[in-house]
Amino acid sequence: MNVAVEVAVRVVLVFAAFLLFPLVVGYMEHKAMAHMQGRLGPMYAGGFHGWAQLVADGVKFAQKEDIVPADADRTVFKLAPWIALLPYLLVLVVVPVGPGGLVGSDVDAGLFYALAVMSVGVVGAVMAGYASANKFALLGGIRVAAQLMAYELPLVLSAVSAAMAAGTLSLGGIVGAWRPWWLAWQLLALVVFLVAGVAELRRPPFDMPVADSEIIFGPYTEYTGLRFALFLLAEYAGIVVVSALATVLFLGGWKGPVLDAQLGWLWTCVKVLFVAFVVIWLRVSFPRLREDQLQRFAWMGLVPLALAQLLLTAIVKVAIS
Amino acid sequence: MTAVDVVLLLLGALAAGSGVLVVTTRRLVHAALWLVVTFGALAGMYLVMTAELVAWVQVLIYVGAVVVLLLFGIMLTRAPTGRSDDLDSGNRPAAVVGGVVTCVLLVTLAGYGFSSAYADLDTGRLGTARAIGTVLFRSWVLPFELLSVLLLAALVSAIVLSRRRES
Repeated sequence: MNVAVEVAVRVVLVFAAFLLFPLVVGYMEHKAMAHMQGRLGPMYAGGFHGWAQLVADGVKFAQKEDIVPADADRTVFKLAPWIALLPYLLVLVVVPVGPGGLVGSDVDAGLFYALAVMSVGVVGAVMAGYASANKFALLGGIRVAAQLMAYELPLVLSAVSAAMAAGTLSLGGIVGAWRPWWLAWQLLALVVFLVAGVAELRRPPFDMPVADSEIIFGPYTEYTGLRFALFLLAEYAGIVVVSALATVLFLGGWKGPVLDAQLGWLWTCVKVLFVAFVVIWLRVSFPRLREDQLQRFAWMGLVPLALAQLLLTAIVKVAIS
Repeated sequence: MTAVDVVLLLLGALAAGSGVLVVTTRRLVHAALWLVVTFGALAGMYLVMTAELVAWVQVLIYVGAVVVLLLFGIMLTRAPTGRSDDLDSGNRPAAVVGGVVTCVLLVTLAGYGFSSAYADLDTGRLGTARAIGTVLFRSWVLPFELLSVLLLAALVSAIVLSRRRES
């Protein structure tokens, strides 16, 4: 196949996944949360169990008035939703879906690329908090920044543990080296990664930056219409990316019970959606942490756990080699 | 001049231009945001020079952590959305002299020091994680460990300084 055509096909596929998966996760959240709370959730839009609810939401957002506050820093205000959203698209490019090069682009230091680009997304939320010229938004922005600084470290440390076990930074290479018994070996790292990932996405129970009972909606308070929808999309794309990274690093990616070579992409999708379900489950199950609890939990809980896991990984790695 | 040279020069111009904007903008937060562009352009230059790992670490540490820390500091103290015209300290001439002298010194030193050092980019990939790891932990392990002790000392002293004295 022509190189240009191949690149185009890969870009289109990654972009399609980027548009489709957040909607699936969003719909799953509507439905799973509703049933856990003894409700039905959306039932009318689209006919079958309200499957088109999020499409209808999108149309609604597009029709709303586009407001920029009078005192806002207009350029930064308009730029912020894109800075929040685009990094997740760029991360999806390196996530391997199946064996034999079924990946947008196989970057050699893929793990570092993914973590680096993901951390840029947070700048978007901080920009939104600053540019809105609103004290609640500013408070939210400060909380976003504080939360990122606290949870970035355990996130990177637990991801490093997987890279150390596999002996490579390439995401495809990590899946290739993965064995089922790693589930026990890397269990602590998996837990730390998921918790820190949920915190980095500012999802409940770590949604202090957008705590609606205190600061309205944090950095996004002044946003309406499409720009607000972009922030929401960024949140769900973030869930997809964190779930995909957890799948690739700790759950064996495309490796399943049978037919890895043919059905690899299916195993990956099933695992990603399962992890996304767990993220939603956490939201329904736990109350919001207070700001000081949030910081204490990261520095006194997750960081030592991640360091202990690194030590364990190193010891086992030396013992078996 | 190859296409790679052109891209490198463009990225360099972007880094230098946004660097100038960091110190000339009248808006405090914009300075931090222009710094993101500077660091991004620098990471792009590392990438062009096939130093992949350094590029991603640059983005992870500087854009992801240092700039967020800066923004946090600015927003915690004061974050005016408008222009702040009281930012000039009157040290502008001294700063220009200092900047030019540093620039000349660095360019000359780097020129003299590394003008004969060539890396053949076609034979092997020098900037991969594996290559850097091998060099770092075989040839340069002592300086590396010394640096980590230095960083640990800085960390411990920061904690000591920030703790309130028991009285």
